[in-house]
Amino acid sequence: MTSFVKPKIRRKNEPLNDLGLARSDYDGAMSTLCAGCGHDSVTAALARAYFELSMDPKDVVKVSGIGCSSKTTTYFLRDAHGANTVHGRMPSFATGAAAVNGALSYVGVSGDGDSLSIGIGQMAHAIRRNVNMLYMLENNGVYGLTKGQFSASSDIGSTAKKGAANTLPPIDPAIFALSVGATFVARSFSGDRDQLVSIIKAGIKHRGFALIDVISPCVSFNDHKGSTKSYAHTYQYYHKAVHADYVPPSEEIVTSYEEGDVMPVELHDGGIIKLRKLDADYDPTDRAGAMDHLLRSQATSEILTGLLYIDESRPDMVEHKKLTDTPLHSIPYAKLNPGAEALRKVQEEFR
Amino acid sequence: MSAPGINDFTLRVATVNGTGSASANGLLMKAIFRMGVPVVGKNIFPSNIQGLPTWYEIRVTGDGHAGRDGEIHFVIAMNPETYADDLASLAPGGVLLYDSTWPRPQLLSRPDVTVLGAPLSAMCNEAFKAARSRILMKNMAYVGAAAALLDLDLDVIKQLVTEMFAGKEKLIPLNMQAVELGRNYALQNFTCPLNFRTKPMEKAKGKIMIDGNTAAGLGMVYGGATFGAWYPITPSTSLMDAFQLYCDKLRVDADTGLHNYCILQAEDELAAAGLVIGASWAGARGFTPTSGPGISLMSEFIGFAYYTEVPLVICDIQRVGPSTGMPTRTQQCDIQLCAYASHGDTRHLVLYPAHPGECFEFAAMSLDLAERFQTPVFFLSDIDIGMNDWMVDELTWPEDYVPDRGKVLSAEDLEETKAFYRYLDVDGDAIPYRTLPGTHKKGAYFLRGSGHTKLGRYTEKGEEYKEVVDRLYDKWKRAAAFMPAPVVTPASRPARLGIIAIGSSDGAVREARDRLEAAGMPVDYMRIRGFPFSDEVAAFVEAHDEVFVVEQNRDAQLLGLIITETAAQKEKLTPVLHYSGEPLNYRFVYDAIENAVKVRKIA
Repeated sequence: MTSFVKPKIRRKNEPLNDLGLARSDYDGAMSTLCAGCGHDSVTAALARAYFELSMDPKDVVKVSGIGCSSKTTTYFLRDAHGANTVHGRMPSFATGAAAVNGALSYVGVSGDGDSLSIGIGQMAHAIRRNVNMLYMLENNGVYGLTKGQFSASSDIGSTAKKGAANTLPPIDPAIFALSVGATFVARSFSGDRDQLVSIIKAGIKHRGFALIDVISPCVSFNDHKGSTKSYAHTYQYYHKAVHADYVPPSEEIVTSYEEGDVMPVELHDGGIIKLRKLDADYDPTDRAGAMDHLLRSQATSEILTGLLYIDESRPDMVEHKKLTDTPLHSIPYAKLNPGAEALRKVQEEFR
Repeated sequence: MSAPGINDFTLRVATVNGTGSASANGLLMKAIFRMGVPVVGKNIFPSNIQGLPTWYEIRVTGDGHAGRDGEIHFVIAMNPETYADDLASLAPGGVLLYDSTWPRPQLLSRPDVTVLGAPLSAMCNEAFKAARSRILMKNMAYVGAAAALLDLDLDVIKQLVTEMFAGKEKLIPLNMQAVELGRNYALQNFTCPLNFRTKPMEKAKGKIMIDGNTAAGLGMVYGGATFGAWYPITPSTSLMDAFQLYCDKLRVDADTGLHNYCILQAEDELAAAGLVIGASWAGARGFTPTSGPGISLMSEFIGFAYYTEVPLVICDIQRVGPSTGMPTRTQQCDIQLCAYASHGDTRHLVLYPAHPGECFEFAAMSLDLAERFQTPVFFLSDIDIGMNDWMVDELTWPEDYVPDRGKVLSAEDLEETKAFYRYLDVDGDAIPYRTLPGTHKKGAYFLRGSGHTKLGRYTEKGEEYKEVVDRLYDKWKRAAAFMPAPVVTPASRPARLGIIAIGSSDGAVREARDRLEAAGMPVDYMRIRGFPFSDEVAAFVEAHDEVFVVEQNRDAQLLGLIITETAAQKEKLTPVLHYSGEPLNYRFVYDAIENAVKVRKIA
């Protein structure tokens, strides 16, 4: 694998966003993943979301671990800092970076191996800390780079390319995240661009840890008959429970909400996420209810998607730790140095 | 070597942990220190919260030695379970004080020591009502008995008790009552004071008693660290406790109440390393304190930081390994681990502080080195330095100190730059420039632990890979000139023998060297303070016929490192290895070198 520089081509009359940037300004290097890989669709959805939100790429920080999914952080936002870290350890790196500068927008890209096996501990604790970041879990039920071993998200009975069936229970990232205190849990599908882009935008704007579990089929090792993470299987069992739209603070809200149909969730930046319930009895602000639905859908093989749970009330890590607004790297030393007199006083107890 | 005398003896208090004896022992040592007499304190404690044997050793050393003696002259035996060992530990002519509330005939088995019994429990049970306070007061009672036997200044003790219970004034008279109980009993029943005892001096002026972890935590505050992450592990926890304490006191913005620092308790050491690397990459000055097992867990991330050139400061407070080992006992057993931690060709910068004063100084230095060289830096301390109170010069901070943030490009720099390449050696000093996230779009780059070119791009081409790792080696070698220079203590006349040591071995080695010279064996001594080694190390070996490398591990790790990393001749190096887990004492070093010299003469 080599990273190829993607030529920047500006088309005539290309739509520009509020910053005067085109969609192609949100691209990165050429993808080196297999043709048809779900991850490339997720990459495109990410680029589109940042474009539509008119975010300055330099104010975004991309982080990832190891695996096919983790490679994709080079494929979008070439003008953003990025870090491809250690297998399963992206959450700690991202947490450290996010603590330094709360003004930037952080996106972690991971996979089911990176997040649910080697990295499940770190993911859990980033969720608990409510680190302000978007966390994309590109879920294909298989280890791609090592050629086809089952991952921890494989369903019981799902078969490998050579026929062996998985017999261990899967870890559902959404259920797991809810159980450890996630404040934003969503699920989507790489094949549903519209839903994915709108959920990504909501996740970026959510203050706190936003987990998006994206079913993103592996065309090389897990797209065959018998796999429950194939395109065909996902299309068949795909079920939208809640639709979410992000409305920026500048846009006047003119829509009137019908009781029980659309509910607005106010965000900390003044924007709003409009939740449209597609299942009448689903309440995405009810943690126990969301958990109940997810557990039931597991039993029916239904793939419940949409913004499944949101809680804007919990403080994120920066607020919880009472961090100063100045990035930690820019606090003048004069402010950090308590001075000679303080040092003398501190030592009184040692005399 | 001399018999115990005035301001020259070692006292050991044997107690059961969890009985509150630590504060009584601290008070004893502080009282002697306040009398102006130099002391060396060593807490030898179990990995346990309550119920196991623990010892507190106080060496009273009017001559101002910094290490342990190796002999014990006075034991306060408060733990029946260890009576036999405590009795055996005494040097001939020593004195043992025990709680005679219960008869202990086995204590009479040594005719060459004096055994003194004081019914401390009985007296306290009579004087105090609550069960817990009876236990605590018994500690103060032995302080009182020791005060009589060692001629401690009662006013100093009273002052210390007053300070100890500031805010709980009701307890002051009760504690003083217990001190008096013990003191009066001793005065009435024993010949007080003993022939070895304390006598006020003027040798503690400008000195403080502080442990290395506290000093290092404070040093991180003064060095401008804004980020700390850690996973609790003995014996490093108190370093982060200190950082937290002083940040809470000194780093909270008075107007907003917001914090000019971030401290995160990690889920494990892997995460602690990741947190600091992430924060350092984003531009904060960060560090993580840990111990050997933590280094093992952090190793993958250490290699990542090395190869991607992210500053990373790790304070390793060494404890006895391998595995869980003896978590509350001291060793210098991570010398090799820290020099090369992680897979692949990796090599790091290591600082070897020898006492809390250097912990304070080297903490900030480690932050500077990590940012200047954009690489992992190990601050290699140990339990002896980190958790024992040492008498050191009062800490001072240079007013003109400016943190060395290394080569970081600002938005203005980037605006003027044609193109930025993360790993390009622009200045020819093997150190590239870096940028922080959010600065400027021209500064954006992709950090990766996979093979990369000097331009920061992915590669699997051998030549491109080699270009980068060769520069990393060059960068590491150049760092030698920035490490603190070795400290050489020359003999007063030309010496054929030399000693090399690092860190907490220093006090015992210096004393052994002085005594060897006094006994007609001149020895030069070099204390190394940083890795990579300076050329002085090889030159020191070259200039001597034989060099003893004194260190606290089984495998002669420092000696091995010297052989591997310098031109020193292997044949000239003789290991002197101490690895029982107790802090080094001068007699051990003295005997080892004296014996070796005698053997050579016979041969």
